[in-house]
Amino acid sequence: MIGKEQWDWNPGRKIITDLGKWKEEYGYMEEPAVSPDGEKVAAVIKTPEEEFGVCVNGEIWESTFDKICYLQYTPDNRLTATVSDVGEWTVAVDGETWENRYDYMWNLHISADGSRIIAAAQKEGKYLAVNNDVPWENEFMFMTDLSVSADGMHTSGVVQVVPFSEGDIHTFRKGCYTTAVDGRTWENNFMNVWEPEFSPDGKHVAAQIRKSNYEYSIAVDGQAWNNFFGCVWKPRFSPGGDSVSAPVRVGGAWMLARDGEIIWNKKFVQLWHHAYSPDMQHIAAIVAPKFGKWTVAVDGKAWKPCVDEYVTDMVFSPRHNRVACIGKDNGRYYVMTDGKKWDEDFDMAWKPAFSHDGEHLAVKVEKNRHYTYIVDGKILRESYDMLWEPVFSPDGTKLLIRGITRVSGQKEQYFREVISLNQI
Amino acid sequence: MLDSAKNMKTSLIRDEGIIKSASVLTDEQVRKVINDVLKNETGARLKTYVDTCVHCGLCSEACHYYLSHDKDPSYSPAGKVKQTMWEMIKRKGDVGTAAIQRMSEIASTECNLCRRCAMYCPLGVDIAYIMLVVRRICNKLGVTPTYIEDTSHSHSVTMNQMWVKDDEWIDTLQWQEEEAAEEIPNLRIPLDKEGADFMYSVIGPEPKFRAQLIYQAAVIFNAAGLNWTMPSSPGWDNSDMAMYTGDHEIMGRVKKVHFETAMRLKVKRIVMGECGHAFRSVYDMGNRWLGWKMPPLPMVHSIEFFHDLIKEGKLKLKKKFESPVTLHDPCNVVRGRGLHEMARYIVGESCEEFIEMHPNREHNYCCCAGGGVINCGPPYRNTRVDGNRIKAEQLFAAKSRGAKTIIAPCHNCHGGLEDIVEHYGLHMDIKFFGDILYDLIEKPE
Repeated sequence: MIGKEQWDWNPGRKIITDLGKWKEEYGYMEEPAVSPDGEKVAAVIKTPEEEFGVCVNGEIWESTFDKICYLQYTPDNRLTATVSDVGEWTVAVDGETWENRYDYMWNLHISADGSRIIAAAQKEGKYLAVNNDVPWENEFMFMTDLSVSADGMHTSGVVQVVPFSEGDIHTFRKGCYTTAVDGRTWENNFMNVWEPEFSPDGKHVAAQIRKSNYEYSIAVDGQAWNNFFGCVWKPRFSPGGDSVSAPVRVGGAWMLARDGEIIWNKKFVQLWHHAYSPDMQHIAAIVAPKFGKWTVAVDGKAWKPCVDEYVTDMVFSPRHNRVACIGKDNGRYYVMTDGKKWDEDFDMAWKPAFSHDGEHLAVKVEKNRHYTYIVDGKILRESYDMLWEPVFSPDGTKLLIRGITRVSGQKEQYFREVISLNQI
Repeated sequence: MLDSAKNMKTSLIRDEGIIKSASVLTDEQVRKVINDVLKNETGARLKTYVDTCVHCGLCSEACHYYLSHDKDPSYSPAGKVKQTMWEMIKRKGDVGTAAIQRMSEIASTECNLCRRCAMYCPLGVDIAYIMLVVRRICNKLGVTPTYIEDTSHSHSVTMNQMWVKDDEWIDTLQWQEEEAAEEIPNLRIPLDKEGADFMYSVIGPEPKFRAQLIYQAAVIFNAAGLNWTMPSSPGWDNSDMAMYTGDHEIMGRVKKVHFETAMRLKVKRIVMGECGHAFRSVYDMGNRWLGWKMPPLPMVHSIEFFHDLIKEGKLKLKKKFESPVTLHDPCNVVRGRGLHEMARYIVGESCEEFIEMHPNREHNYCCCAGGGVINCGPPYRNTRVDGNRIKAEQLFAAKSRGAKTIIAPCHNCHGGLEDIVEHYGLHMDIKFFGDILYDLIEKPE
């Protein structure tokens, strides 16, 4: 994989293509996808033969299809999608399709380094996961919540292993679901299993489970914690992989538990989406300290600024343990970071992105149907008709902008531009 | 048999699931669960309602079951509380396994949680809330009618109410897109379009049984030139039968997925189809159980959405619906949200002749399907239709004045009214606003 270091980080704008021409030529164009390095833009178009094709920087894939879904770039700048031809589905990568075909494929996942592409598949009513064209050996009558280990080598999903007829509530209550990891099921079944999560090394899986109507817990590799709770949310492995933590509901309040024991003594009206700092020393979570008040808590201590509507997209910086999120208050979106709410408000704000050293923070934002970035609290002078999320250079001194500007007439220029942070 | 069971109306329990679930319960378990819920999950609200009710009976005239059963007091709202919650409190939970079955039936199938009675109560007692507490107690004991419990199980597994699998959902949208594109070239149902103005969410029965409604919505949005999307992942279903079984935990889980799907797609609001109970779940109960005072994103019901589209001139009608119509006001979006005048605006703009049914607006009679009652399935169909003779009379009066079509902007109302129309031989058509607008709007060539 070509690392970010090898991308073109020379300051300046490069016009890649005029998307307006594509629309004019094909008459039908779906939302474009752009490569992480910004050098390529692609979109599903319709050929004169009324088939679907993919246009990449103005060039059309040789193959056309009946349907194309989930068009996206991998982190290593390859273009992939699920595609259907004469009623069979597969995955296409840079125009080449996998060998295996299914009745349906969906929910495309890509590993962090881009080397592995995973999708959920269904054939003749049986469900499985397919990893780089290699299907699970076992198939199931139902599968959902597909998840992938960080290196993409392992996959898991919630699967049904005991059949029951619709309306058979008593068999359901006995537990008909479990987790399948690389196609092999846990030993224990549960009434429900939700959102399996891999350990950082991909060797273990934890998931939320419901043992009976009102007994919730976390199971790790199929073994439930000793303690049960009123409800639980998604668990996380510690970065070292030696423990599992999860939000749990006790007496109507939410707390954080590790390996079944409460670790945050503070009670919240809500607590979810917790995350570990990269140095493993801290845990942050989105919380509601009071009914209808939302913020972030770090190690159980809530930030002072709260918003009334919601908090989302919480992230830790790669270094220095900084935390950022998006908060919505009175219909407006704000960036919140390190216990403070930035003053500027927006019509929408996307997931915050830290520079690798954690020194800088950039966020894609929307105002009056135009898009720009706010970087370290300062808004870029220019705004665009479309923008993808910001990417910092590895040294944190530059920012890659990938956007579209509409210029005179029908022109819709897709461009990539590198700017120095000190230009902002 | 405990006294409370002896005092119960001796109707046969119709639901095998209730009987089987109760067969493994002990009286001690029943006592414990009732007392746990009353002590730990109900606070000032229940106590206030119980303590302030003066047993005046003014709520009775509000209830369609009471009116439809020749004013049998056991069907009055206060009468239903007397047979359930008051018994539980009076006997400190010691009601026994036989009584709990009947209590489950009363709370789940003889009350639609329509809240009409709350308007007639001089003290504002919300009897629907009390019935929901009874349902939760029954659900914690496993004694919930089978069909609706199965629906709640579906929510818990698939995040939708009809056991629609992940691939079936996407496949259905693509199928509807293909069909609609036959009529309007290049029409799209845009999946996962990040940053669209709104996410359109529907209820489980739409992909399962009423896929044409998704088709119609796509055509309407296309005609109005809107920037919209639908999710390809679970979270597309806004409905919520767990809310009506009393399983708040599953209710919250389903709502979390719904709202977080919209947040992930970075849409500014969620527009929902013509469903009433789902609105209650996203606007009142599900969001609040999760800690949101209001929905985290604006939730716009189709009545409000269509109203705005017509008023803003985004939807142009080429003609009006000719057959005389009457309008059924769904409880959850009229008493629960006040959309009745907006509904009448749409009728005024789209229909030649409008005949009001009486009573109407927030005083309208419930369809008797809502509150999860229709979801309790075939064992209780007659409970619904016999329990809503008053609705048939109301519809018949509108029909006598010329109404041929009933507009019912709610899925459960549709189901309930269809049964009433059929059972009482009313011979009236029932339509959604979407049906009417789809036929009348100017569509792109």
